[in-house]
Amino acid sequence: MIIRTPDDIPSSEITPEGLYYNRREWLAAAGIAALGTVVSGGAVAQEQPRWPQGKKGPFDVDEKVNTFREITTYNNFYEFGTDKGDPAENSGDFRPVPWSVRVDGHVGKPGTYTLEDVLKGMSLEDRIYRMRCVEGWSMVIPWQGFQLSSFLRRVEPTSKAKFVAFETLLRPEEMPGQRRSVLEWPYVEGLRMDEAMNPLVLLSTGLYGRPLLNQNGAPLRLVVPWKYGFKSIKSIVRITLTEREPPTSWNIAAPSEYGFYSNVNPDVDHPRWSQRTERRIGEFGKRRTLPFNGYAEQVAQVYAGMDLTKHF
Amino acid sequence: MPSSRALSAHRLNILRATAFLAGLLPLALLVHGYYTETLSVNPLDDITDTTGTWTLRFLVVTLAVTPLRKLTGWGQLARFRKMAGLFAFFYGSLHLLTYLYFDKFFFWEDIVQDIPQRRFILVGFTAWVLMLPLAVTSYSKITSWMGGRRWRMLHRTVYVIGVLGVVHYYWLVKFDTFRPIVYGVLIGVLLAYRLGAWIVQRRRMNDAAGRTA
Repeated sequence: MIIRTPDDIPSSEITPEGLYYNRREWLAAAGIAALGTVVSGGAVAQEQPRWPQGKKGPFDVDEKVNTFREITTYNNFYEFGTDKGDPAENSGDFRPVPWSVRVDGHVGKPGTYTLEDVLKGMSLEDRIYRMRCVEGWSMVIPWQGFQLSSFLRRVEPTSKAKFVAFETLLRPEEMPGQRRSVLEWPYVEGLRMDEAMNPLVLLSTGLYGRPLLNQNGAPLRLVVPWKYGFKSIKSIVRITLTEREPPTSWNIAAPSEYGFYSNVNPDVDHPRWSQRTERRIGEFGKRRTLPFNGYAEQVAQVYAGMDLTKHF
Repeated sequence: MPSSRALSAHRLNILRATAFLAGLLPLALLVHGYYTETLSVNPLDDITDTTGTWTLRFLVVTLAVTPLRKLTGWGQLARFRKMAGLFAFFYGSLHLLTYLYFDKFFFWEDIVQDIPQRRFILVGFTAWVLMLPLAVTSYSKITSWMGGRRWRMLHRTVYVIGVLGVVHYYWLVKFDTFRPIVYGVLIGVLLAYRLGAWIVQRRRMNDAAGRTA
Protein backbone atom coordinates (compact mmCIF):
# COMPACT_ATOMS: atom_id res chain seq x y z
CA MET A 1 0.00 0.00 0.00
CA ILE A 2 1.43 3.35 -0.99
CA ILE A 3 0.96 5.87 1.76
CA ARG A 4 0.62 9.26 0.24
CA THR A 5 2.31 12.13 1.94
CA PRO A 6 0.51 15.50 2.08
CA ASP A 7 2.70 16.78 -0.79
CA ASP A 8 1.34 14.09 -3.10
CA ILE A 9 -2.31 15.02 -2.70
CA PRO A 10 -3.41 17.49 -5.37
CA SER A 11 -5.48 20.42 -4.13
CA SER A 12 -8.38 19.31 -6.33
CA GLU A 13 -8.82 16.27 -4.13
CA ILE A 14 -9.11 18.21 -0.95
CA THR A 15 -12.71 18.20 0.13
CA PRO A 16 -13.92 21.77 0.34
CA GLU A 17 -14.91 22.96 3.77
CA GLY A 18 -18.52 23.60 4.47
CA LEU A 19 -21.13 20.97 3.99
CA TYR A 20 -18.96 17.92 3.57
CA TYR A 21 -17.09 16.02 6.27
CA ASN A 22 -14.64 13.23 5.73
CA ARG A 23 -15.21 9.84 7.23
CA ARG A 24 -12.24 9.93 9.59
CA GLU A 25 -13.26 13.24 11.14
CA TRP A 26 -16.76 11.91 11.62
CA LEU A 27 -15.63 8.71 13.28
CA ALA A 28 -13.35 10.65 15.59
CA ALA A 29 -16.19 12.98 16.48
CA ALA A 30 -18.49 10.01 16.99
CA GLY A 31 -16.00 8.47 19.36
CA ILE A 32 -15.74 11.67 21.33
CA ALA A 33 -19.50 12.10 21.33
CA ALA A 34 -19.95 8.54 22.56
CA LEU A 35 -17.38 9.19 25.26
CA GLY A 36 -19.09 12.45 26.09
CA THR A 37 -22.35 10.61 26.41
CA VAL A 38 -20.77 8.18 28.86
CA VAL A 39 -19.24 10.95 30.90
CA SER A 40 -22.27 13.20 30.96
CA GLY A 41 -24.74 10.37 31.46
CA GLY A 42 -26.62 11.12 28.29
CA ALA A 43 -27.18 14.74 29.24
CA VAL A 44 -27.90 17.07 26.40
CA ALA A 45 -25.45 19.76 25.36
CA GLN A 46 -27.50 22.87 25.90
CA GLU A 47 -25.57 25.23 23.72
CA GLN A 48 -26.62 25.59 20.14
CA PRO A 49 -23.79 24.21 17.97
CA ARG A 50 -22.38 26.48 15.33
CA TRP A 51 -22.69 24.77 12.03
CA PRO A 52 -22.34 25.78 8.42
CA GLN A 53 -25.48 27.72 7.62
CA GLY A 54 -24.50 28.04 4.01
CA LYS A 55 -26.54 28.31 0.90
CA LYS A 56 -29.70 26.21 0.90
CA GLY A 57 -29.27 22.95 -1.01
CA PRO A 58 -31.88 21.46 -3.36
CA PHE A 59 -33.28 19.28 -0.58
CA ASP A 60 -33.48 21.95 2.10
CA VAL A 61 -36.72 23.51 3.22
CA ASP A 62 -36.69 27.23 3.57
CA GLU A 63 -38.03 27.38 7.11
CA LYS A 64 -36.69 28.22 10.52
CA VAL A 65 -34.67 25.32 11.89
CA ASN A 66 -35.55 24.10 15.37
CA THR A 67 -32.95 24.55 18.06
CA PHE A 68 -30.58 21.84 19.14
CA ARG A 69 -32.26 21.80 22.55
CA GLU A 70 -35.70 21.30 21.01
CA ILE A 71 -34.50 18.48 18.79
CA THR A 72 -32.58 16.65 21.51
CA THR A 73 -34.94 16.99 24.49
CA TYR A 74 -38.32 16.25 22.92
CA ASN A 75 -38.28 12.75 21.53
CA ASN A 76 -40.47 9.73 21.01
CA PHE A 77 -38.13 6.79 21.52
CA TYR A 78 -40.07 4.34 23.64
CA GLU A 79 -37.00 2.13 24.07
CA PHE A 80 -36.00 4.74 26.66
CA GLY A 81 -39.42 5.55 28.10
CA THR A 82 -42.70 6.94 26.84
CA ASP A 83 -42.47 10.53 28.04
CA LYS A 84 -40.94 13.08 25.71
CA GLY A 85 -38.12 13.87 28.10
CA ASP A 86 -37.33 10.21 28.84
CA PRO A 87 -34.98 9.49 25.92
CA ALA A 88 -32.67 12.38 26.82
CA GLU A 89 -32.78 11.40 30.50
CA ASN A 90 -32.58 7.63 30.20
CA SER A 91 -30.25 6.97 27.29
CA GLY A 92 -27.07 7.66 29.21
CA ASP A 93 -26.14 3.99 29.48
CA PHE A 94 -26.60 3.31 25.82
CA ARG A 95 -23.42 2.46 23.88
CA PRO A 96 -23.68 3.32 20.17
CA VAL A 97 -20.07 2.27 19.63
CA PRO A 98 -19.12 -0.39 18.49
CA TRP A 99 -21.95 -0.83 16.02
CA SER A 100 -22.72 -3.10 13.13
CA VAL A 101 -25.57 -3.53 10.70
CA ARG A 102 -26.62 -6.92 9.37
CA VAL A 103 -27.67 -6.76 5.73
CA ASP A 104 -29.58 -9.77 4.44
CA GLY A 105 -32.49 -10.93 2.36
CA HIS A 106 -32.59 -10.53 -1.41
CA VAL A 107 -29.21 -8.86 -1.82
CA GLY A 108 -26.10 -9.74 -3.75
CA LYS A 109 -23.81 -8.56 -0.96
CA PRO A 110 -25.23 -9.72 2.38
CA GLY A 111 -23.13 -9.60 5.52
CA THR A 112 -22.41 -7.78 8.70
CA TYR A 113 -21.26 -4.24 8.02
CA THR A 114 -19.54 -2.29 10.75
CA LEU A 115 -20.48 1.33 10.95
CA GLU A 116 -17.22 2.18 9.23
CA ASP A 117 -18.08 -0.23 6.42
CA VAL A 118 -21.51 1.34 6.05
CA LEU A 119 -19.95 4.78 5.72
CA LYS A 120 -17.25 3.70 3.26
CA GLY A 121 -17.48 5.82 0.16
CA MET A 122 -20.61 7.61 1.33
CA SER A 123 -20.37 11.39 1.36
CA LEU A 124 -22.20 12.96 4.26
CA GLU A 125 -24.51 15.83 3.46
CA ASP A 126 -26.46 18.25 5.58
CA ARG A 127 -30.13 18.45 4.70
CA ILE A 128 -32.81 20.54 6.36
CA TYR A 129 -36.01 18.49 6.45
CA ARG A 130 -39.43 18.84 8.00
CA MET A 131 -40.43 16.12 10.44
CA ARG A 132 -44.09 15.59 11.34
CA CYS A 133 -45.10 13.38 14.23
CA VAL A 134 -48.37 11.51 13.99
CA GLU A 135 -49.33 13.09 17.32
CA GLY A 136 -49.67 16.50 15.68
CA TRP A 137 -46.41 18.37 16.28
CA SER A 138 -43.53 19.00 13.92
CA MET A 139 -39.98 20.26 13.69
CA VAL A 140 -37.45 21.32 11.08
CA ILE A 141 -34.25 19.36 11.54
CA PRO A 142 -30.81 19.75 9.93
CA TRP A 143 -29.95 16.09 9.41
CA GLN A 144 -26.57 14.85 8.37
CA GLY A 145 -26.32 11.61 6.44
CA PHE A 146 -26.27 9.95 3.05
CA GLN A 147 -28.93 8.71 0.67
CA LEU A 148 -30.31 5.28 1.48
CA SER A 149 -30.36 4.63 -2.26
CA SER A 150 -26.56 4.88 -2.40
CA PHE A 151 -26.20 2.26 0.30
CA LEU A 152 -28.82 -0.02 -1.23
CA ARG A 153 -27.06 0.09 -4.58
CA ARG A 154 -23.88 -1.07 -2.89
CA VAL A 155 -25.55 -4.16 -1.45
CA GLU A 156 -27.06 -5.05 -4.84
CA PRO A 157 -30.75 -5.83 -4.37
CA THR A 158 -31.93 -8.72 -6.55
CA SER A 159 -35.08 -8.63 -8.68
CA LYS A 160 -36.98 -10.27 -5.82
CA ALA A 161 -36.37 -7.31 -3.51
CA LYS A 162 -39.66 -5.42 -3.34
CA PHE A 163 -39.40 -3.96 0.16
CA VAL A 164 -36.74 -2.82 2.58
CA ALA A 165 -37.18 -3.86 6.21
CA PHE A 166 -35.36 -2.27 9.14
CA GLU A 167 -34.82 -3.37 12.71
CA THR A 168 -33.71 -1.53 15.84
CA LEU A 169 -31.37 -2.90 18.47
CA LEU A 170 -32.76 -5.09 21.24
CA ARG A 171 -30.71 -4.42 24.35
CA PRO A 172 -32.93 -4.00 27.43
CA GLU A 173 -29.94 -3.69 29.74
CA GLU A 174 -29.13 -0.36 28.05
CA MET A 175 -32.62 0.56 26.85
CA PRO A 176 -34.84 0.54 29.95
CA GLY A 177 -38.06 1.06 28.01
CA GLN A 178 -37.59 -2.35 26.42
CA ARG A 179 -38.16 -4.01 29.79
CA ARG A 180 -41.86 -3.22 29.35
CA SER A 181 -43.75 -4.46 26.32
CA VAL A 182 -45.39 -1.14 25.57
CA LEU A 183 -44.54 -2.02 21.97
CA GLU A 184 -43.27 -5.35 20.72
CA TRP A 185 -39.48 -5.25 20.68
CA PRO A 186 -37.33 -4.94 18.69
CA TYR A 187 -38.86 -2.01 16.80
CA VAL A 188 -39.31 -2.75 13.12
CA GLU A 189 -40.15 -0.63 10.10
CA GLY A 190 -40.24 -0.90 6.37
CA LEU A 191 -40.53 0.88 3.06
CA ARG A 192 -41.53 -0.15 -0.42
CA MET A 193 -38.52 -0.40 -2.73
CA ASP A 194 -39.48 2.64 -4.81
CA GLU A 195 -40.01 4.68 -1.62
CA ALA A 196 -36.62 3.55 -0.28
CA MET A 197 -34.84 4.54 -3.50
CA ASN A 198 -36.30 8.04 -3.46
CA PRO A 199 -33.46 10.60 -3.14
CA LEU A 200 -35.15 12.15 -0.11
CA VAL A 201 -34.61 9.10 2.08
CA LEU A 202 -31.54 9.39 4.26
CA LEU A 203 -29.56 7.13 6.49
CA SER A 204 -28.58 9.72 9.05
CA THR A 205 -25.58 9.70 11.35
CA GLY A 206 -25.85 13.20 12.71
CA LEU A 207 -27.65 16.47 13.03
CA TYR A 208 -26.47 20.03 13.42
CA GLY A 209 -23.16 18.86 12.06
CA ARG A 210 -22.60 16.55 15.01
CA PRO A 211 -23.00 12.80 15.47
CA LEU A 212 -26.42 11.75 16.68
CA LEU A 213 -27.04 11.79 20.39
CA ASN A 214 -28.49 8.58 21.82
CA GLN A 215 -31.97 10.04 22.10
CA ASN A 216 -32.04 10.82 18.37
CA GLY A 217 -31.26 7.26 17.31
CA ALA A 218 -27.47 6.98 17.49
CA PRO A 219 -25.45 5.97 15.63
CA LEU A 220 -27.56 5.32 12.52
CA ARG A 221 -31.20 6.05 11.77
CA LEU A 222 -33.57 6.48 8.87
CA VAL A 223 -35.15 9.76 7.79
CA VAL A 224 -38.26 9.62 5.60
CA PRO A 225 -39.55 13.18 5.73
CA TRP A 226 -42.86 12.73 3.93
CA LYS A 227 -44.13 10.12 6.36
CA TYR A 228 -45.05 10.36 10.01
CA GLY A 229 -42.01 10.38 12.24
CA PHE A 230 -42.41 6.88 13.63
CA LYS A 231 -41.43 5.51 10.19
CA SER A 232 -37.97 7.04 10.62
CA ILE A 233 -36.62 4.13 12.60
CA LYS A 234 -33.73 4.73 14.97
CA SER A 235 -30.57 2.85 15.99
CA ILE A 236 -30.69 0.47 13.05
CA VAL A 237 -28.99 -2.92 13.39
CA ARG A 238 -30.51 -4.79 10.47
CA ILE A 239 -31.57 -4.06 6.91
CA THR A 240 -33.37 -6.86 5.07
CA LEU A 241 -34.59 -6.78 1.51
CA THR A 242 -37.84 -8.69 1.30
CA GLU A 243 -40.32 -9.84 -1.24
CA ARG A 244 -43.39 -9.27 0.92
CA GLU A 245 -44.49 -6.19 2.82
CA PRO A 246 -42.66 -6.34 6.15
CA PRO A 247 -44.33 -5.84 9.55
CA THR A 248 -44.04 -2.41 11.17
CA SER A 249 -44.22 -1.88 14.93
CA TRP A 250 -46.98 0.71 15.15
CA ASN A 251 -49.11 -1.20 12.70
CA ILE A 252 -48.71 -4.27 14.88
CA ALA A 253 -49.67 -2.25 17.96
CA ALA A 254 -52.74 -0.53 16.51
CA PRO A 255 -53.54 -1.60 12.95
CA SER A 256 -56.60 0.63 12.62
CA GLU A 257 -54.56 3.70 13.55
CA TYR A 258 -51.13 3.26 11.92
CA GLY A 259 -50.81 1.88 8.44
CA PHE A 260 -47.78 0.66 6.53
CA TYR A 261 -47.56 3.78 4.40
CA SER A 262 -48.39 6.47 6.99
CA ASN A 263 -47.81 9.28 4.55
CA VAL A 264 -48.46 12.68 6.08
CA ASN A 265 -51.96 13.48 4.86
CA PRO A 266 -54.23 16.22 6.20
CA ASP A 267 -57.20 14.56 4.50
CA VAL A 268 -56.88 11.30 6.38
CA ASP A 269 -57.55 11.68 10.07
CA HIS A 270 -56.20 9.46 12.78
CA PRO A 271 -59.26 7.58 14.13
CA ARG A 272 -59.08 9.56 17.37
CA TRP A 273 -57.74 12.93 16.29
CA SER A 274 -57.55 15.16 13.24
CA GLN A 275 -54.42 15.49 11.08
CA ARG A 276 -55.42 18.81 9.53
CA THR A 277 -53.15 20.93 11.65
CA GLU A 278 -49.91 20.64 13.56
CA ARG A 279 -48.00 22.56 16.16
CA ARG A 280 -44.47 23.50 15.06
CA ILE A 281 -42.36 23.22 18.17
CA GLY A 282 -41.28 26.69 19.22
CA GLU A 283 -44.37 28.32 17.71
CA PHE A 284 -47.46 29.39 19.53
CA GLY A 285 -50.04 28.87 16.83
CA LYS A 286 -51.01 25.92 14.73
CA ARG A 287 -50.19 25.38 11.09
CA ARG A 288 -52.03 23.62 8.34
CA THR A 289 -50.49 20.22 7.67
CA LEU A 290 -49.27 19.80 4.09
CA PRO A 291 -49.87 16.72 1.94
CA PHE A 292 -46.76 14.53 2.09
CA ASN A 293 -45.43 17.02 4.66
CA GLY A 294 -44.73 19.46 1.85
CA TYR A 295 -42.81 16.94 -0.26
CA ALA A 296 -45.61 16.24 -2.74
CA GLU A 297 -43.51 17.43 -5.66
CA GLN A 298 -40.85 14.85 -4.91
CA VAL A 299 -42.96 11.87 -3.91
CA ALA A 300 -46.58 12.16 -5.01
CA GLN A 301 -45.87 10.26 -8.23
CA VAL A 302 -44.76 7.23 -6.22
CA TYR A 303 -48.39 6.81 -5.12
CA ALA A 304 -50.08 7.59 -8.43
CA GLY A 305 -53.29 5.62 -8.66
CA MET A 306 -53.22 4.53 -5.02
CA ASP A 307 -56.17 5.17 -2.75
CA LEU A 308 -54.36 6.88 0.11
CA THR A 309 -57.37 6.69 2.42
CA LYS A 310 -57.37 2.94 2.09
CA HIS A 311 -53.59 2.65 2.15
CA PHE A 312 -53.06 5.03 5.04
CA MET B 1 -68.26 7.01 66.36
CA PRO B 2 -67.57 10.20 68.28
CA SER B 3 -64.46 11.84 67.07
CA SER B 4 -61.86 12.17 69.77
CA ARG B 5 -59.59 13.61 67.14
CA ALA B 6 -61.73 16.71 66.54
CA LEU B 7 -59.45 19.65 66.02
CA SER B 8 -60.14 23.03 67.51
CA ALA B 9 -61.74 25.50 65.14
CA HIS B 10 -58.48 27.41 65.01
CA ARG B 11 -56.39 24.38 64.09
CA LEU B 12 -58.96 23.30 61.53
CA ASN B 13 -58.82 26.66 59.84
CA ILE B 14 -55.04 26.50 59.62
CA LEU B 15 -55.35 23.07 58.06
CA ARG B 16 -57.91 24.33 55.59
CA ALA B 17 -55.75 27.27 54.62
CA THR B 18 -52.79 24.96 54.12
CA ALA B 19 -54.87 22.61 52.02
CA PHE B 20 -56.06 25.53 49.92
CA LEU B 21 -52.52 26.70 49.27
CA ALA B 22 -51.45 23.15 48.52
CA GLY B 23 -54.23 22.92 45.96
CA LEU B 24 -52.89 25.99 44.20
CA LEU B 25 -49.36 24.68 44.20
CA PRO B 26 -49.59 22.68 40.96
CA LEU B 27 -50.74 25.81 39.15
CA ALA B 28 -47.98 27.89 40.73
CA LEU B 29 -45.37 25.34 39.68
CA LEU B 30 -46.76 25.26 36.18
CA VAL B 31 -46.68 29.04 35.80
CA HIS B 32 -43.19 29.13 37.28
CA GLY B 33 -42.07 26.39 34.91
CA TYR B 34 -43.47 28.25 31.95
CA TYR B 35 -41.71 31.50 32.70
CA THR B 36 -38.39 29.92 33.64
CA GLU B 37 -38.58 27.77 30.49
CA THR B 38 -38.17 24.58 32.48
CA LEU B 39 -41.20 22.95 30.99
CA SER B 40 -40.52 20.93 27.87
CA VAL B 41 -39.99 22.56 24.49
CA ASN B 42 -43.71 22.06 23.94
CA PRO B 43 -45.01 23.93 27.00
CA LEU B 44 -48.58 24.19 25.79
CA ASP B 45 -48.84 20.42 25.76
CA ASP B 46 -47.38 20.31 29.26
CA ILE B 47 -49.95 22.81 30.50
CA THR B 48 -52.78 20.81 28.96
CA ASP B 49 -51.40 17.59 30.39
CA THR B 50 -50.75 18.95 33.89
CA THR B 51 -54.10 20.67 34.29
CA GLY B 52 -55.85 17.53 33.08
CA THR B 53 -53.91 15.27 35.43
CA TRP B 54 -54.69 17.45 38.43
CA THR B 55 -58.37 17.47 37.54
CA LEU B 56 -58.33 13.69 37.76
CA ARG B 57 -56.30 13.72 40.95
CA PHE B 58 -58.66 16.08 42.71
CA LEU B 59 -61.59 13.98 41.56
CA VAL B 60 -59.93 10.96 43.16
CA VAL B 61 -59.36 12.94 46.36
CA THR B 62 -62.99 14.08 46.37
CA LEU B 63 -64.23 10.52 46.02
CA ALA B 64 -61.79 9.30 48.68
CA VAL B 65 -62.91 11.70 51.40
CA THR B 66 -66.02 9.83 52.54
CA PRO B 67 -64.38 6.37 52.66
CA LEU B 68 -61.46 7.91 54.57
CA ARG B 69 -63.79 9.66 56.94
CA LYS B 70 -65.61 6.41 57.69
CA LEU B 71 -62.38 4.47 58.10
CA THR B 72 -60.66 6.96 60.38
CA GLY B 73 -63.72 8.29 62.19
CA TRP B 74 -62.43 11.80 61.66
CA GLY B 75 -65.65 13.67 60.85
CA GLN B 76 -63.99 16.96 60.07
CA LEU B 77 -62.59 15.48 56.88
CA ALA B 78 -65.95 16.20 55.27
CA ARG B 79 -65.06 19.89 55.07
CA PHE B 80 -62.25 19.03 52.69
CA ARG B 81 -64.45 17.29 50.23
CA LYS B 82 -65.97 20.52 49.02
CA MET B 83 -62.53 22.07 48.60
CA ALA B 84 -61.23 19.08 46.68
CA GLY B 85 -64.29 19.06 44.44
CA LEU B 86 -63.91 22.73 43.67
CA PHE B 87 -60.23 22.28 42.88
CA ALA B 88 -61.19 19.52 40.46
CA PHE B 89 -63.56 21.96 38.78
CA PHE B 90 -60.88 24.67 38.84
CA TYR B 91 -58.23 22.57 37.13
CA GLY B 92 -60.84 21.10 34.79
CA SER B 93 -61.80 24.60 33.71
CA LEU B 94 -58.17 25.58 33.17
CA HIS B 95 -57.74 22.42 31.14
CA LEU B 96 -60.75 23.30 29.00
CA LEU B 97 -59.55 26.89 28.57
CA THR B 98 -56.15 25.62 27.47
CA TYR B 99 -57.82 23.61 24.74
CA LEU B 100 -60.17 26.41 23.72
CA TYR B 101 -57.42 28.99 23.57
CA PHE B 102 -54.13 27.32 22.73
CA ASP B 103 -55.54 24.67 20.49
CA LYS B 104 -58.44 26.45 18.90
CA PHE B 105 -57.84 30.15 19.58
CA PHE B 106 -61.50 30.52 20.41
CA PHE B 107 -62.50 29.76 16.83
CA TRP B 108 -65.98 28.69 17.82
CA GLU B 109 -66.92 27.21 14.44
CA ASP B 110 -63.84 24.98 14.63
CA ILE B 111 -64.60 24.05 18.22
CA VAL B 112 -68.24 23.22 17.54
CA GLN B 113 -67.08 20.99 14.69
CA ASP B 114 -64.25 19.42 16.64
CA ILE B 115 -66.08 18.38 19.80
CA PRO B 116 -68.46 15.82 18.34
CA GLN B 117 -65.85 14.58 15.84
CA ARG B 118 -63.17 13.64 18.30
CA ARG B 119 -64.80 11.37 20.81
CA PHE B 120 -62.21 11.92 23.51
CA ILE B 121 -62.94 15.66 23.39
CA LEU B 122 -66.69 15.02 23.50
CA VAL B 123 -66.30 12.85 26.59
CA GLY B 124 -64.02 15.38 28.28
CA PHE B 125 -66.29 18.28 27.47
CA THR B 126 -69.30 16.35 28.82
CA ALA B 127 -67.42 15.69 32.05
CA TRP B 128 -66.77 19.40 32.47
CA VAL B 129 -70.35 20.36 31.69
CA LEU B 130 -71.50 17.91 34.36
CA MET B 131 -69.11 19.50 36.87
CA LEU B 132 -70.70 22.92 36.36
CA PRO B 133 -73.93 22.39 38.33
CA LEU B 134 -71.93 20.67 41.06
CA ALA B 135 -69.62 23.66 41.37
CA VAL B 136 -72.51 26.12 41.37
CA THR B 137 -74.51 24.21 43.99
CA SER B 138 -71.53 23.95 46.32
CA TYR B 139 -72.20 27.57 47.22
CA SER B 140 -73.70 27.21 50.71
CA LYS B 141 -76.76 29.41 50.17
CA ILE B 142 -77.76 27.30 47.17
CA THR B 143 -77.04 24.10 49.07
CA SER B 144 -79.47 25.03 51.82
CA TRP B 145 -82.07 26.15 49.30
CA MET B 146 -81.81 22.81 47.53
CA GLY B 147 -82.19 20.72 50.64
CA GLY B 148 -80.03 17.77 51.59
CA ARG B 149 -81.75 15.06 49.63
CA ARG B 150 -81.85 16.84 46.28
CA TRP B 151 -78.30 18.08 46.72
CA ARG B 152 -77.02 14.58 47.46
CA MET B 153 -78.77 13.17 44.41
CA LEU B 154 -77.27 15.83 42.13
CA HIS B 155 -73.82 15.34 43.55
CA ARG B 156 -73.86 11.66 42.85
CA THR B 157 -73.03 12.76 39.30
CA VAL B 158 -69.44 12.95 40.49
CA TYR B 159 -69.16 9.20 39.84
CA VAL B 160 -70.13 9.68 36.21
CA ILE B 161 -67.67 12.57 35.95
CA GLY B 162 -64.87 10.40 37.33
CA VAL B 163 -65.56 7.65 34.82
CA LEU B 164 -65.81 10.11 31.91
CA GLY B 165 -62.51 11.66 32.97
CA VAL B 166 -60.75 8.32 32.87
CA VAL B 167 -62.29 7.42 29.49
CA HIS B 168 -61.22 10.82 28.13
CA TYR B 169 -57.64 10.17 29.23
CA TYR B 170 -57.66 6.59 27.93
CA TRP B 171 -58.86 7.66 24.50
CA LEU B 172 -56.39 10.46 24.04
CA VAL B 173 -53.09 8.73 24.90
CA LYS B 174 -51.15 7.51 21.91
CA PHE B 175 -50.56 4.01 23.19
CA ASP B 176 -49.24 3.86 26.71
CA THR B 177 -52.46 3.35 28.66
CA PHE B 178 -50.71 2.73 31.97
CA ARG B 179 -51.58 6.07 33.57
CA PRO B 180 -55.23 6.19 32.48
CA ILE B 181 -55.62 2.65 33.79
CA VAL B 182 -54.13 3.64 37.16
CA TYR B 183 -56.73 6.40 37.51
CA GLY B 184 -59.37 3.97 36.31
CA VAL B 185 -58.45 1.51 39.04
CA LEU B 186 -58.39 4.21 41.72
CA ILE B 187 -61.78 5.57 40.74
CA GLY B 188 -63.10 2.05 40.25
CA VAL B 189 -62.09 1.05 43.78
CA LEU B 190 -63.64 4.19 45.27
CA LEU B 191 -66.82 3.65 43.28
CA ALA B 192 -66.95 0.03 44.38
CA TYR B 193 -66.58 1.12 47.99
CA ARG B 194 -69.44 3.60 47.71
CA LEU B 195 -71.60 1.07 45.92
CA GLY B 196 -70.87 -1.47 48.64
CA ALA B 197 -71.67 1.05 51.35
CA TRP B 198 -74.93 1.91 49.65
CA ILE B 199 -75.95 -1.76 49.36
CA VAL B 200 -75.17 -2.33 53.03
CA GLN B 201 -77.19 0.73 53.98
CA ARG B 202 -80.17 -0.40 51.91
CA ARG B 203 -80.05 -3.81 53.48
CA ARG B 204 -80.04 -2.28 56.96
CA MET B 205 -83.00 -0.10 56.05
CA ASN B 206 -84.91 -3.08 54.69
CA ASP B 207 -84.12 -5.12 57.81
CA ALA B 208 -85.28 -2.26 60.02
CA ALA B 209 -88.47 -1.91 57.95
CA GLY B 210 -88.92 -5.67 58.14
CA ARG B 211 -88.65 -5.67 61.93
CA THR B 212 -91.17 -2.88 62.47
CA ALA B 213 -93.64 -4.35 60.01
